[in-house]
Amino acid sequence: MTALTQIRPADRPILIAFSFTILILLIGTAYTMSTTGTVPLLQPSYLMQQLQIGSFLGLCAAGMMLVILTGHIDLSVPWTLTSAAMIATSVGGPWAIPAGLSVGLCVGLVNGFGVSVLRVPAMIFTLGLDTVLRGLMVARTGGFAPQDQATPAMLYLAKSKLMGVPVALFVWIAVSLLVTFILTRTTFGRALYAIGTNERAAWLSGIRTRAVVTGAFVGSGLCAALAGVLLAGYSAKAYQGMGNSFLLPAIAAVVLGGTHILGGRGRYAGTFLGVVLIVLLNSVLSIMQMPEALRQIIYGTVIIGMLLIYGRGMRVSE
Amino acid sequence: MTRWIGQNRGFAAALALFLALYLSYHLIHPRGFSTAVLVQNSNELVAIGFVAMAQTVPVLLGGLDLSVGAIMTLAACVASWLLDGSPVQIALGMIATLAVGAGFGLINGLIVVYGRLQPIIATLATGAIAIGLALLIRPNPGGTVDGDLNWALTNSIYDFAETYGIANGGEAAWLQPFINIPVPLILLFGTACLVWLPFKRTVTGRTIYAVGSAEGAAFASGLPIDRARIAAFTLAGFFAACGGLYLAIQTSTGNADVVQAGAYTLNSIAAVVLGGTALLGGTGGVIASILGAMILRAVSFYFRILDIDPLLQPLIEGIVLLAAVSAVAFRTFRVKNQLELFR
Repeated sequence: MTALTQIRPADRPILIAFSFTILILLIGTAYTMSTTGTVPLLQPSYLMQQLQIGSFLGLCAAGMMLVILTGHIDLSVPWTLTSAAMIATSVGGPWAIPAGLSVGLCVGLVNGFGVSVLRVPAMIFTLGLDTVLRGLMVARTGGFAPQDQATPAMLYLAKSKLMGVPVALFVWIAVSLLVTFILTRTTFGRALYAIGTNERAAWLSGIRTRAVVTGAFVGSGLCAALAGVLLAGYSAKAYQGMGNSFLLPAIAAVVLGGTHILGGRGRYAGTFLGVVLIVLLNSVLSIMQMPEALRQIIYGTVIIGMLLIYGRGMRVSE
Repeated sequence: MTRWIGQNRGFAAALALFLALYLSYHLIHPRGFSTAVLVQNSNELVAIGFVAMAQTVPVLLGGLDLSVGAIMTLAACVASWLLDGSPVQIALGMIATLAVGAGFGLINGLIVVYGRLQPIIATLATGAIAIGLALLIRPNPGGTVDGDLNWALTNSIYDFAETYGIANGGEAAWLQPFINIPVPLILLFGTACLVWLPFKRTVTGRTIYAVGSAEGAAFASGLPIDRARIAAFTLAGFFAACGGLYLAIQTSTGNADVVQAGAYTLNSIAAVVLGGTALLGGTGGVIASILGAMILRAVSFYFRILDIDPLLQPLIEGIVLLAAVSAVAFRTFRVKNQLELFR
């Protein structure tokens, strides 16, 4: 504990999340050793496969983090992801991926307009847009999974391997590097932190807060759309509700990585580790053949438990 | 009167919107202004109404409770085991169900106050735990609920009196002015008036509003802010359990449906905002949120009578929601000093 207190406060969540990830791996390995005598969790191929699945969540979390840093939240991720996947597969050909990404761009612009210009609370505006997107897609597809197939480019990005490493993992790492660069080395990135800390002060010091907040939502929309395009490639087609299981884990990953839910604080490395932690936790639980009920309980308990260690706020906030 | 409207602009707007929507619905409906339609509509309102009430209390604090839908589901699953047998057993089962919800809300409150976590993220996690517990209790949809109870609580007062043989089986003269009122409506507004209105007038209740307006000032004035927070989440759990209890009675089953729980949580936020309660806290109230839930439901009633393509329904629902919440933008364009926009 004394060593913990000497570490910079910003690094503590990252270290704790990292040690917790190791702990999950050890518990899972101990379990498989005792039941079957094998160690699948420590084999690189298994870890690669898990990270490949995790890359979809990782992309969503990267975008979500940009928005959470400004003190807002993006609840439109599930249907941005699904719409992008559906549009991409139905456009097809070389324009499939740009078409999918442009869906994310449009969603981000609308969200940014509603939140920063109309000043509707992000919680409710993005939720409303999510419902509208769902409505558009249901009206378009008739409520069924569209028959269009993913294009070869999408299949390549999501499924194939380059030098033994899944390409999806490369995509995630590339986006991660880009987000890290944006957050630490650009004025836009610094403005995200400034707005999350105190929007009023940021505006008074000349930051164009409307443009920056809109930029954060565009980033989130693009990331969710990219995740949708990849996920459609991974499962070879788009289907209804494919994004539903990404919203809450994405928020949880960002917060477990030490980003403050009210904005202004957090590092991307934490979010990355948060995603790895959630993915590994899920895979260990499924190796243990834990029933869904217990999985939910463990999932919730882990989030609460970890946050009680390092996520505690002030007793009274102003 | 004008003064009241000026002070409760959000509530008045919601009321006007609801009356316009609902009265014209009855005018178009082939069997409009009849008890049957009213009973059916109020039955569909109760669960979302209670969950919207539950969401309101933490929102008044400036927090958010993402576990209300999950607590409702948990309560419904508990109730589906307990609402059968002798009247005493049923009554105890109801009390137990409400106690489970309130207890879960209390845990939420304790985590938020003593764990010092942000409510939105703490309840996100406890919501997962509640769904897990609900799945443990009811791995598959099912359960038995007393048939009389189901019939009596989901119909008009006349049917209630007839089922239990009160007031000459509903024929007593003093009961006649009331026989057409649906029981679910009475349960909903009765709970709101008997629980919320007295609570709002206590020190703890006023403190909830004070914390939502200015937490630092509330603390400096010596108000019991910890107690108010714990009470708010406990009350949220209680109201959510009321919704779950009614859902179990209405459907005679318990179903640990994760998707449904999430939908109820999100709709409860929409209902709270439509009722005119500010998400930043400090203004609004539980009755207003019931009104918000009524507006949400009234919109969906139209789909049945207007012969709209079912595939377009989610789209229209979404657009109505988005348009309604964007109406607050009028304030944004009236503001003269832009600084006022940032809180």
